[in-house]
Amino acid sequence: MNKGAGVRPGAHGSPAPFDVEAVRRDFPVLHQQVHGHPLVYLDNAATTQKPRQVLEAIDQYYRTTNSNIHRGVHHLSQKATDAYEGARGRIAKFLGITSSAEAIFVRGATEGINLVASSYGRHHVGPGDEVIISAMEHHSNIVPWQMLCSERKASLRVVPMSDEGEADLDAYEELLSARTKIVAFSHVSNALGTINDVKRIVGAAHDHGIPVLLDGAQAAPHLPLDLEALGCDFYVISGHKLYGPTGIGLLYGREELLEAMPPYQGGGDMIKSVTFDVTTYNDLPHKFEAGTPDIAGVIGLGAAVDYLQGIGMEAIGAHEAKLLSYGTRALQQEPRVRLIGTAPNKAGVLSFLVEGVHPHDIGTILDRQGIAIRAGHHCAQPVMDRLGIPATARASLALYNTTAELDALLQGIRKVKEVFGT
Amino acid sequence: MSTDDLYQEVILDHYRAPRNFGALPSATAHAEGHNPLCGDRVTVYVQVEGDQVRAIRFEGSGCAISTASASVMTDALSGRSRAEVQALFAAFHALVRGEPQPAGAPPLGKLAVFSGVSDYPTRVKCAVLVWHTLQAALAGDQQAVTTE
Repeated sequence: MNKGAGVRPGAHGSPAPFDVEAVRRDFPVLHQQVHGHPLVYLDNAATTQKPRQVLEAIDQYYRTTNSNIHRGVHHLSQKATDAYEGARGRIAKFLGITSSAEAIFVRGATEGINLVASSYGRHHVGPGDEVIISAMEHHSNIVPWQMLCSERKASLRVVPMSDEGEADLDAYEELLSARTKIVAFSHVSNALGTINDVKRIVGAAHDHGIPVLLDGAQAAPHLPLDLEALGCDFYVISGHKLYGPTGIGLLYGREELLEAMPPYQGGGDMIKSVTFDVTTYNDLPHKFEAGTPDIAGVIGLGAAVDYLQGIGMEAIGAHEAKLLSYGTRALQQEPRVRLIGTAPNKAGVLSFLVEGVHPHDIGTILDRQGIAIRAGHHCAQPVMDRLGIPATARASLALYNTTAELDALLQGIRKVKEVFGT
Repeated sequence: MSTDDLYQEVILDHYRAPRNFGALPSATAHAEGHNPLCGDRVTVYVQVEGDQVRAIRFEGSGCAISTASASVMTDALSGRSRAEVQALFAAFHALVRGEPQPAGAPPLGKLAVFSGVSDYPTRVKCAVLVWHTLQAALAGDQQAVTTE
């Protein structure tokens, strides 16, 4: 299946030095002009571009293997099943998950959180109980818990954050109590880039016997992960932010918790046997994968993690850290530009404001110079409210970005200031 | 296409120093508009007497396009009849969407500075938010008038 989805030279031996130009050649979409300028894609926290290895794996699957999985007796069905389950094993390993039973495919991080809120939450959270989240969550890690709390007459408690965008973990530890039934925290903030001290967050909750869900949508693309060492109970990722296709993501859950949880959806593939009187549910992870899954998406995501492993997450992290500190310095030195989110430990995100200019106008003027950023509240309205701003402009990084692109961003920002005469 | 076509001097001037900004104590109706995509918020106050918009003001925060649109609109509509407001809205809508002017459309006057918006489809919403909010205010006022 992964013929053509090659790994980079050095993958099997000592790692090759990180070569950003070689990496860029793997991403066809980057090589185009936008409004007469070379595309500078800095909207990676929204979604990343896909390397040809991923595109080819999906194309090959549909051209040579397409079939339904887990049910056919025929050759293609077996091949498709092997490819799907093979990808599960490799993606699990990439995340530091030993048992495939603990790696459940979902549509994305959002669906993963909804699954846990619905299946785990409804059976463990009752009247008077509490769910703890943080002030820097994406809407996807707020709303499912709000819905749960309103249904179960429980309360949502919010860990405050500082002006710099750091979670107040002392306040968090104070919030933990016998009423707390689950903690849900982002690993890396999508709006600010803050890397949370997840070891401490998990440890403190476990001291009280409380399970922790971590939203890893913005962490997986930037940090090497070892979920078992981290010890969290649930972890969610989105494939499309990890150089894979849209519509596929993964929920990690500890087996003993997943075993005790009721299914999230009913249908084919999640059952062992069905009569009109009684249904026996399938084993993990299939119990949580009702219906024909996004087989091509899983194969594409498998190719994406192969690609990333070929380069090495350490090398990617080092390259991005260099970009982040280069961009941080440039923006902090630029007059009338204010960096939003200045926690000491950050990954991938440069959120900023230009004095006297609304982020939406920044976005439009940069776009006309071929620079793609996001302007808005980044699905984190409470973060904006907390900081007393309506929105930010956000440049977010990926492994294929360069310092030259950050120079282009800075030139673009100067153009914004010129247009607005600030 | 340069962004100068969008951010014309008149637009930047109205953004920096919006006209008719603030509440209108004599208002007979008001409405709030919100663009959740970018967080723009606007409140439009109208004082309607009979068929005529005697006074119109706005408050809120938003991008240059939405703020300038509100400022220029309030300048352009003061003293107009309801029918004139509707005709100008139709003409403005066509302008920012790059569509031909409706038959018998009134002259746009200063509103024409927003012609550049038609090259920026993602910004059309910014330009028309205040107009839709005005429509809601006028509709509310009409209702109030009929119930009395």
